[in-house]
Amino acid sequence: MKKLLSIKNIIISLLLLLGVWQFIYTLTDFSDALFPSPLQAFGALAEMVSNGILFTHIGASMYRFAVGYVSSVIIAVLLGLVLGRLPKVFQYINPAVQLLRPISPMAWMPFIVLWFGIGNIPAIVIIFISAFFPVLLSTVSAVNSIDPIYMKVSKSFGIKQPQIMWKVIFPAVFPQIANSIHLALGTAWVFLVAGEMTGTQSGLGYLVIDARNNLRADILFADIIVIGLIGLILDSLLKTAEKQILKAWGGAD
Amino acid sequence: MYIEIENAGKAFFQNGREFTAFTDVSLSIEKGEFICLLGPSGCGKSTLLNAMAGFAPVTSGSIKIDGKEVKEPSVKNVTIFQNYGLLPWRTVQKNVELGLESQKIPKDERRKIADKYIEMVGLSDFKKSHPRQLSGGMQQRVSIARALAVNPDIIFMDEPFGALDAITRMKLQDDILSISRKEKKTIILVTHDIEEAVFLADRIVIMTANPGKIKNILTVPLRSHRERTAGDFLQVRDKVFELFNMKHEENIEYII
Repeated sequence: MKKLLSIKNIIISLLLLLGVWQFIYTLTDFSDALFPSPLQAFGALAEMVSNGILFTHIGASMYRFAVGYVSSVIIAVLLGLVLGRLPKVFQYINPAVQLLRPISPMAWMPFIVLWFGIGNIPAIVIIFISAFFPVLLSTVSAVNSIDPIYMKVSKSFGIKQPQIMWKVIFPAVFPQIANSIHLALGTAWVFLVAGEMTGTQSGLGYLVIDARNNLRADILFADIIVIGLIGLILDSLLKTAEKQILKAWGGAD
Repeated sequence: MYIEIENAGKAFFQNGREFTAFTDVSLSIEKGEFICLLGPSGCGKSTLLNAMAGFAPVTSGSIKIDGKEVKEPSVKNVTIFQNYGLLPWRTVQKNVELGLESQKIPKDERRKIADKYIEMVGLSDFKKSHPRQLSGGMQQRVSIARALAVNPDIIFMDEPFGALDAITRMKLQDDILSISRKEKKTIILVTHDIEEAVFLADRIVIMTANPGKIKNILTVPLRSHRERTAGDFLQVRDKVFELFNMKHEENIEYII
């Protein structure tokens, strides 16, 4: 019932969005090449679906996203677990992290293209950077604030490193990290499109530039819809996974 | 003597000031004894327990267990905490198996041992539950089963029933008393509950605060079967009350 209700909410919300779009389209007198109607955008979408272009681009984007995001999360969590246990070392690393963190990953783009060339790697690196710092910092702070009783219990039962790390510390902090992993997914998806707008010849971000160069506003809008939809789907998939994992964690509140 | 505490003291530095948790503590404990450290908050009883368990060694004097100076926690001894210290992501079964895992005991055997102690604490129907699905009393039972599963020489208990309601607490006291008779473990229990100490202990170590030290050691002359409402029980309880009130009477003398 609750699920049905939320599906109803989603449909109404999306119809509302389409309504606003159509309303603006009818109200303004931009040419169709500048501001297409929903119908024209869906026409372009159908065209890209039928000739398969869309799936090639989605495939390219998803590959980069998966590689960049997953590797970033894994490395950030592992590093965060270690640094969280070494507060004295982290004191010297934290200021540098705080300096690097607010820099938009896109600022590195010229270097990334110069160093790695054009292809999959620039977008992967951009996604990697965008997810890395939030996950790293939240892992470190979660490990720092771990309930001391877990360490006492581990000592009491003679559990030593590295077992403490994966048997006790990681599961203990996981619910806190899960939230930042989830948030980083959204950030990473935003930067995927940005990363693909330069340095690639495929992907949903490239399609934005390609549509602009060909003056195909309808394709551009169709692409934007697809980007939004995939972002929404990824988010809800992760939300479901997060719920399942937390349930298995015994934290079903 | 099994546990030998000699002139032990513990001082902390807090905000540049020295703070004495306890001082001049001497105590000998025999194997199989049930000792209660009883006193008001601030008397250093928990700190003394932590020192005996090896979490925070003493800063003066010495604590020896089986002839060896205590410097760090030993797998031979297990501590039970007031807030249970269960791992919420593990089921009851897996929690009880925790200590057995680091002893490299095969899986089947672990299961068997865990089953035995889960049954002993009466939680066989909750093996697959997670700690958060259990009441406080049941959670503390899990942590008792977990401690017994590793077959320790000594069980340290730091106000284990402090977070429980009065009736659950008495039920668990009954259980721990019968378990201690059956398993013949050396148990050191910290409490500020006089009745609890009288009900459980072979000897009560009465501590006072500022600075924390031992005021008196009382041997409880009750047999293993104890009744909270029996005359001899109340007599011992009265004696403990008296020991805590003595300071008060001294003061009155000064006023006169």
